[in-house]
Amino acid sequence: MGTLSIAGKTIELDADGHLANRTDWTEDMAREIAAQDGIPELTPQHWAVINFMRTVFAKEGDAPSIRRLTKESGVDTKTLYQLFPKGPAKRAAKIAGLPKPKGCI
Amino acid sequence: MRHMLILGGGTAGTIMANKLASALDERDWRITVVDATEEHYYQPGFLFVPFGIYRMREIVKPRRQFLPGRIQFILSGIERIDAEKKTVMLSVGESLRYDCLIIATGADIHPEQTDGLFDEEWGRSKFDFYTPKGADRLAQFLKGWQGGKLVLSITEMPIKCPVAPLEFLFLADAYFTERGMRDKVDIHLVTPLSGAFTKPTSSDVLGEFLERKGITVTPDFDLGRVDSKEKKLVAWDETEVSYDLLVSIPTNMGNACIARSGMGNELNFVPTDKQTLKADGLEDVFVLGDASNLPSSKAGSVAHFQSEILFQNILEHIEGRPACAHFDGHANCFIESGFGKGLLIDFNYETEPLPGEFPLPGIGPFKLLQESSINHYGKMMFRWVYWNLLLRGVELPIEAEMSMAGKQVR
Ligand SMILES: Cc1cc2nc3c(=O)[nH]c(=O)nc-3n(C[C@H](O)[C@H](O)[C@H](O)COP(=O)(O)OP(=O)(O)OC[C@H]3O[C@@H](n4cnc5c(N)ncnc54)[C@H](O)[C@@H]3O)c2cc1C
Repeated sequence: MGTLSIAGKTIELDADGHLANRTDWTEDMAREIAAQDGIPELTPQHWAVINFMRTVFAKEGDAPSIRRLTKESGVDTKTLYQLFPKGPAKRAAKIAGLPKPKGCI
Repeated sequence: MRHMLILGGGTAGTIMANKLASALDERDWRITVVDATEEHYYQPGFLFVPFGIYRMREIVKPRRQFLPGRIQFILSGIERIDAEKKTVMLSVGESLRYDCLIIATGADIHPEQTDGLFDEEWGRSKFDFYTPKGADRLAQFLKGWQGGKLVLSITEMPIKCPVAPLEFLFLADAYFTERGMRDKVDIHLVTPLSGAFTKPTSSDVLGEFLERKGITVTPDFDLGRVDSKEKKLVAWDETEVSYDLLVSIPTNMGNACIARSGMGNELNFVPTDKQTLKADGLEDVFVLGDASNLPSSKAGSVAHFQSEILFQNILEHIEGRPACAHFDGHANCFIESGFGKGLLIDFNYETEPLPGEFPLPGIGPFKLLQESSINHYGKMMFRWVYWNLLLRGVELPIEAEMSMAGKQVR
């Protein structure tokens, strides 16, 4: 399992490269993870999505699906893909310091 | 007299009706099943129809034939559930009060959820095989098809029987090979998953299978819309895949009566405790089969394993004791791989499908995650097992709780 160095601190990551401990997360860290992931700046719309994800996770223990994000976060699907290219649900979860969404089989 | 009300008389509803019919005292309980149609389809058979292996009439039987005599069957649509008043409104106008409710309304495909998917080309160059009509139409079409680019597209997860799309591709490879036209057909899988399947080990194994059979995979493709004129799939990020023949697995959703009742999530699946199968936050309501939001596979075998757990929990519940049997997410699926062979996977919430052997007294062992003819016979035998044992709620020689016996851990 990897680690991430942010502002002189070493943070533990899980097997998917997401934060191992949700409590390690800070807003600065979100900016850093986003930057390393190719999203140089987090706009208010990014934050709306990130905060929505964290709220849902705290309540339900899993990150919301794209369909739910679209329905409840107020950001439409097209925009979601522009904000977080290549899989908004996965990438936003990573930036929000949450584990990779379980999805279903 | 107390009332046990079962919504939906498909796989899950029928199993529960049979189990409860022999367990609940007739002087104390009446049991009702409501369903909108008379026909019970063996859905796993839909896979074989497009290739002429089964005909539709070989996989359908009257629903009532599988419900014991003491069960009252009501042929009606379900309008709405009022969990506060413990009442269900039917479209025939009647309302039913219940003491205990089992929601088993299943899941269906919704092509209209994707822009451009459900238009005049639906049934001409774009097909599904998850419905009787879709599978029949595709069978007709394939008979006369001269070849081209066949794309199987999964719109979004979760879907019923997540291995069915792969089986379709394997069978398509065999079908075109046997007709001497495999070189005229280009076979593709376009999926939102990162590989052939969801869990790493089986995804690798099944991915190798696809490759060996010359089937191309486009992973991480989140379908945004379909352009019927240009015959192409367009992802939300504007990447495109063209097709000549589209076989679509559209968005799967729970029934609209769940939404009308204000009970479902964004896909009309009922939030359910993944261990006890009680509906979250509702009194005296349980959910079985495809209708729930459980992170287990939506499959008949899963409905069967769940039913053993639910049966115990309902018996406890109606005696006023807490539900304490726990479902572990167990699924057991044969995967037809073409040319008379098949694979078998066995897994649960925590353990991904692993290779090895699956012991089954008298018949097995079956091979796990490896191709063999006995697995193919297992799959073909499943139709008989379904009608004669599974629906009747008979105990099968496979435990509800997954076992590690025979599995090889990497
Ligand atoms: C192509 C395909 C292949 C499959 N292959 C396999 C396989 O190999 N192995 C396996 O185990 N599983 C397989 N499955 C999955 C399996 O068929 C389902 O998981 C199983 O049937 C689910 O049972 P259920 O009772 O939850 O839903 P269903 O059996 O679909 O029953 C739901 C019932 O509720 C009724 N209903 C719903 N809403 C209403 C309403 N508002 N009013 C009145 N009635 C209503 C419907 O008419 C229906 O009869 C496959 C499915 C498909 C489509």
